[in-house]
Amino acid sequence: MHQLPQQLANGIILGAMYGLIAIGYTMVYGIVQLINFAHGEIFMIGGFGALTVHLALPAATPLLLALPLMIAGGITAAVAIAVTAERFAYRPLRGAPRLAPLITAIGLSIALQQAVWKWYPDAKKARVFPQFTGDSLHLLGATVQRGELFLLIAAPLCMTALGLFVSRTRTGRGMQATAQDPDTARLMGIDTDRIIVIAFTIGAAFAAVAAVAHGLKYGQVDFRMGFITGLKAFTAAVLGGIGNIYGAMLGGLVLGIAEALATGYIDHIPGMAQFGGGSWKDVWAFVLLILVLLLRPQGLLGERVADRA
Amino acid sequence: MTPPHAPPLLEVHDLHVAYGKIEAVKGITFTVHPGEVVTLIGTNGAGKTTTLRALSGLLPPRSGTIHFNGHTLNGTPAHRIVALGLAHSPEGRHIFPRLTITENLQLGAYLRKDTTAVNDDLQRVHALFPVLAERARQPAGTLSGGEQQMLAMGRALMSRPKLLMLDEPSMGLSPIMMRKIMDTIAELKAAGTTILLVEQNAQAALALADQAHVMEVGRIVLSGTGAQLLHDTSVRKAYLGED
Repeated sequence: MHQLPQQLANGIILGAMYGLIAIGYTMVYGIVQLINFAHGEIFMIGGFGALTVHLALPAATPLLLALPLMIAGGITAAVAIAVTAERFAYRPLRGAPRLAPLITAIGLSIALQQAVWKWYPDAKKARVFPQFTGDSLHLLGATVQRGELFLLIAAPLCMTALGLFVSRTRTGRGMQATAQDPDTARLMGIDTDRIIVIAFTIGAAFAAVAAVAHGLKYGQVDFRMGFITGLKAFTAAVLGGIGNIYGAMLGGLVLGIAEALATGYIDHIPGMAQFGGGSWKDVWAFVLLILVLLLRPQGLLGERVADRA
Repeated sequence: MTPPHAPPLLEVHDLHVAYGKIEAVKGITFTVHPGEVVTLIGTNGAGKTTTLRALSGLLPPRSGTIHFNGHTLNGTPAHRIVALGLAHSPEGRHIFPRLTITENLQLGAYLRKDTTAVNDDLQRVHALFPVLAERARQPAGTLSGGEQQMLAMGRALMSRPKLLMLDEPSMGLSPIMMRKIMDTIAELKAAGTTILLVEQNAQAALALADQAHVMEVGRIVLSGTGAQLLHDTSVRKAYLGED
């Protein structure tokens, strides 16, 4: 059955996950013009951090009670790695040609995958992530698993908190100023190094929340999970207009819904029967990216940025 | 104006600043006393902007010393220097285009915790530049060049600086707007603000300045009071367009 409400629900859930991860790409890019290709691995490490907490708790702990601790564990692991990477890998390269930090990010991405593969117990295969038991829920004509509900609550909460932080707090204002003109931000008394650390921290924390959602949805975490999901989230950030936090979430949702609709409906179009279904969804996601880049290179909510003097 | 025995607010000694291997400032020495307007004039590439960027901490000096109000600034990061009372309104204005005018002004007071006094200063800046009050909620990028210059100056004043550094405040402005900006600087001077002014409009700058220094390729080649340099034949030839 391919009814529309179900496909939309699938798309929104997937898209909200892409959106949460995309925040990390877009905030870091907006402030230091770095495409942090290791961000997908930060997401993966968030998943393993949460799993570690789950394994450390008594087996009988109800998942609902364990969940806050697992989120905290995931966030701690992801933030620790992201901040360390910023301090020791990216910061020394600030001011270097852009290719240098980009290659560093790719190297870091591979190193983090391999480190988890090698040293996390039994991580050479996917590890089982706890699942909510119980019936799935019926919302507006769609069936939603209990684990998926987590994301539908967490994503709007995260976005609202981030929006308030950026627009209402002094540090958030400082962050906007740093994104628009870093040198002048320093003249205002803004410690831009600290702002950059905060951007990495928020991005990693949101990625960890997305990783918990990913684990609850698919019932497993594995060392490769950050690669394709990270690429999709990066696509979402570009789609929405890189540098714009609302664009990242919008780009995620558009991408998720487009994937779900392509999976569900493309094969109903005459002559397209062989292009439907799950195996083609990545292709359609990247076709959408190419179309947006052709028609609206700055992304859905992006602005044409004038080069800095 | 200033009693000669008053200690200088800013004391720059043998300052060298380089971009990589290219030395843009090659050992300059000058002082700014409280209440003075000091101007640096000279052609493009003379090292005036580089000097200001080193003073505010955006560029690390290669050698030499900078003393400001009892502190040694060599190597102090820019965001700490503002806190010491040195404000820098940069060349090209550099307002934050996507933030509102009021948000821009509030960023000038980023480090200040004295909310009431910050609000007083906001009123003062509004009185100085009424257009910034009229258009308070608009994105700063919608302002004209002259209005952006007012915003940049207002923003620098919002830190309640002991020394205000203005880099090319009249650059690219219409003659009317240029006059307005220079009048405002005169107003600030009359109110006792200490100013270090870099300006390509040498005539206007010298007319305002207590002390003036002419820079050429990274060195100070001539110093004097504003009035002295205004009547100096070589300065008139080189910078005031006389034959």
